[in-house]
Amino acid sequence: MTDVIEPTATQLDVQPRGPDGHEPHGAHEDHGPTGILKWLTSTDHKVIGLSYMITSIVIFYLSGIMAMFLRLQLASPHSSLLSFSQYNSLFTMHGALMLYLFAGPFAFGGLANYIVPLQVGAPDMAFPRLNALSYWLYLTGSITMLMGFFVAGGAAQFGWVFYAPLSSATYSPGAGPDVFLMGIALTGFSAIFTGVNLCGTIFYLRAPGMTMFRMPIFTWNMLVTAILILIAFPVLTAAVVMLFCDRHFGTHIYTAVGCHFVNGLPMHSCGSPLLFQNLFWFFGHPEVYILALPFFGIVTEILPVFSRRPVFGYKGMVFATMAIAALSTGVWAHHMFTTGAVLLPFFSFLSLLIAVPTGIKFFNWIGTMWHGQLSFKTPMLFSLGFLFAFLMGGVTGIMLASPPIDFFTHDTYFVVAHFHQVLFGTAVFAGFAGVYYWYPKMFGRMLRDGLGKAHFWLTFIGFWITFTPQYIVGLLGMPRRVASYPSNLGWQSYNIVSTVGAFMIASGFAVLLYNFYISWRKPIPAGDNPWDGHTLEWFTTSPPPHHNYTHLPPIRSERPTWDYNHPEHLTLPHGRGAHTNGHNGKNGKNGKGGNGKKAEVGV
Amino acid sequence: MALGAVLLTGCQLPTFGAFRGNTSQGQSAFHLWQGFFIAGLVVGGFVFVLILYVVLRYRRRSDDIPRQSQYHTVTEIIYTVLPILTVIGLFIATVIVENEVTAVEPHPYTEVHVFAFQWGWEFQYDNGVRVIGQTTSAPTLVVPSNQTVRVYLRSYDVLHGFYVPQFNFSRYASPGYWTSFDMNVLDTGVYRGQCTQLCGLYHSLMFFNVRAVPSGQYQTWLRTTRAFQLAHPNSIGQLPAGVHANINGSAPSYSGNSGNTGNTGGALPGD
Repeated sequence: MTDVIEPTATQLDVQPRGPDGHEPHGAHEDHGPTGILKWLTSTDHKVIGLSYMITSIVIFYLSGIMAMFLRLQLASPHSSLLSFSQYNSLFTMHGALMLYLFAGPFAFGGLANYIVPLQVGAPDMAFPRLNALSYWLYLTGSITMLMGFFVAGGAAQFGWVFYAPLSSATYSPGAGPDVFLMGIALTGFSAIFTGVNLCGTIFYLRAPGMTMFRMPIFTWNMLVTAILILIAFPVLTAAVVMLFCDRHFGTHIYTAVGCHFVNGLPMHSCGSPLLFQNLFWFFGHPEVYILALPFFGIVTEILPVFSRRPVFGYKGMVFATMAIAALSTGVWAHHMFTTGAVLLPFFSFLSLLIAVPTGIKFFNWIGTMWHGQLSFKTPMLFSLGFLFAFLMGGVTGIMLASPPIDFFTHDTYFVVAHFHQVLFGTAVFAGFAGVYYWYPKMFGRMLRDGLGKAHFWLTFIGFWITFTPQYIVGLLGMPRRVASYPSNLGWQSYNIVSTVGAFMIASGFAVLLYNFYISWRKPIPAGDNPWDGHTLEWFTTSPPPHHNYTHLPPIRSERPTWDYNHPEHLTLPHGRGAHTNGHNGKNGKNGKGGNGKKAEVGV
Repeated sequence: MALGAVLLTGCQLPTFGAFRGNTSQGQSAFHLWQGFFIAGLVVGGFVFVLILYVVLRYRRRSDDIPRQSQYHTVTEIIYTVLPILTVIGLFIATVIVENEVTAVEPHPYTEVHVFAFQWGWEFQYDNGVRVIGQTTSAPTLVVPSNQTVRVYLRSYDVLHGFYVPQFNFSRYASPGYWTSFDMNVLDTGVYRGQCTQLCGLYHSLMFFNVRAVPSGQYQTWLRTTRAFQLAHPNSIGQLPAGVHANINGSAPSYSGNSGNTGNTGGALPGD
């Protein structure tokens, strides 16, 4: 049945529900102030989401520039480009900006904020004012952290993990560390509030028919991420508060003050520096997945669209995400194998076990493309880049999960290469795949595909040139966080190659800036659905109206827009089956079943 | 099984970039590294080829809509069970090697207490010998070769990392608690060591050396150094003849340490 369905025949009229219970106005009607006042006062999830994304991308560029300085310093063994303290400040801030202020907020504050309400057919986030508070806390926290560069003594120099007792008032005096900790506390609260908001939106504001197992994988992953945020960030905030008490109020929670060295005998009434590591990594490892799951979600949106296939093993994908999240709360001490104070086999086994759900995801991604019709537009290229990068990062991650191997790679450039491949794979490749994919929806105009491909290839090739030598030099024994290194150990050539690669990546991101510029000056209209998208957000206009939808298509599977546009190509029932022409008779008002499988067939 | 075979025949395989390990513990870790590297090559290579195949084979050739199938239960079970089995294999190998690497002998040949501080190292031997280095000079830890050396490790101030690349081993030196490990250095020679855990301003310069000598020489060195330090009680940790101060002006700089034994705490017999 290839007849074009009259929209009015199947559209399910849904009155947008005001999140605060107030009556919504016409969807196309402009609300409230415009211009700068709109950006300052809006509680619209799309405006806040864009604010988040723009802020975090600015921070990404700032942090990237810092990385260029770090790489320049390391291009020669005893460089005088930066002093030791400048170098220590820069790598501390590079890591902190990328992890606390870019990767997370970009994903769950920016993209999720913008996309999740659209994907579940909601008019806004569940708590719009809380959402605005999240953003302003995030912006304030970011500025606070950056203020470190302007206070006496300079920015913090204790690494993004700010291990006690190095971060104590004794060893890191001054205001720089204090504003660093303040920044983390503020952005931590911002993350917690966003987590609450995402949970509320996903649990309570789904459109009729949008059962849990019809939610797009991106939304699923954001739900699991939000729950992880609620588990992890309060622990970080508590750890920061206790550290602040140590620094200013005379407590000795993390300091070993009171410990005495008497012929090597153990001492009494000591604080515990080890406690800080336990608390930090109890946040830190879920954080790794808080930074990964949203980006897995992005890729899982893009691969099906550019393969013209449904997500392969949808439910397996959902359970794999949950398994990763559950395991991630029990592996924190694999960052502490070399402390000599953790139970190695337990944390090793759980860490290795994460490879299983991650592997399932990989095979699902491959299965999605299998038998597909792959078109290599920029979002697809970046998603494939993610697959290759994350594969390498994942394999070396399994090596690091084995304590005897971790013993000699821990705190060396091997680990630096590993986590850059993981985080660059997710936050950069998958993150910017998302930017290229949803930019047309957000602005109603396309990014240039040719420029996008140039951006991709510069970044992709630069990525391998940058990080592969770091594995080698790490195995040769080069520790991380060193501003200089011995010149007679053969490390320099690897570092030079790495620096060249880093500048190649930077040139790719210069191309992206130009792409933004040219799309602003000479827009190419995108239309509502330029990629033949699957999920609900492609059903509305680009950019979406104030409350997102005036009407919705029937939601009978996890890809209502595809079902609407291709009623003769619905997802096949479980198991084998030839091409069948699904009927499009029922208009899907029976969206009550938790098990969407029968409804997906559309009979 | 395959992994076990790999572990047994590890010596004939390439190093895959890692050090072979100059301690018995380091060699065990090295063989595990070889096994993991090969496992990683196989699994990673398989997935890599699969992605590459899909990308080339299924590139868009027409505007046809492909099959919209979503599940294939048998395949899904296979790619869940196989990784679980792989992980169990890797875990068993890990536990075996880990027990070798972290094993401590009840009666080690000698013990040494290692203290880390900003930014240097102090080595204390059983007979009272103390060797103290600083940012501008790398101290040398003298140990007997082919004997079990127990190292007790802790820090005076912040976290540090005791890392000897060629031993394939590192351990945090932490304030507040002792940690200990054994090492059996197999070959005599000088091995470079370095702090791996960020410890403040001059973290980059916190070097030390480990010098392995035959146990007879080790005993002689302990005796002569002890005698010297007793004769000079106001210079505990200071050095007898053969000192290399290695101070280069105000800005600390350090370029390598092969051949530079720094503070050995005394001339070695045969030096």
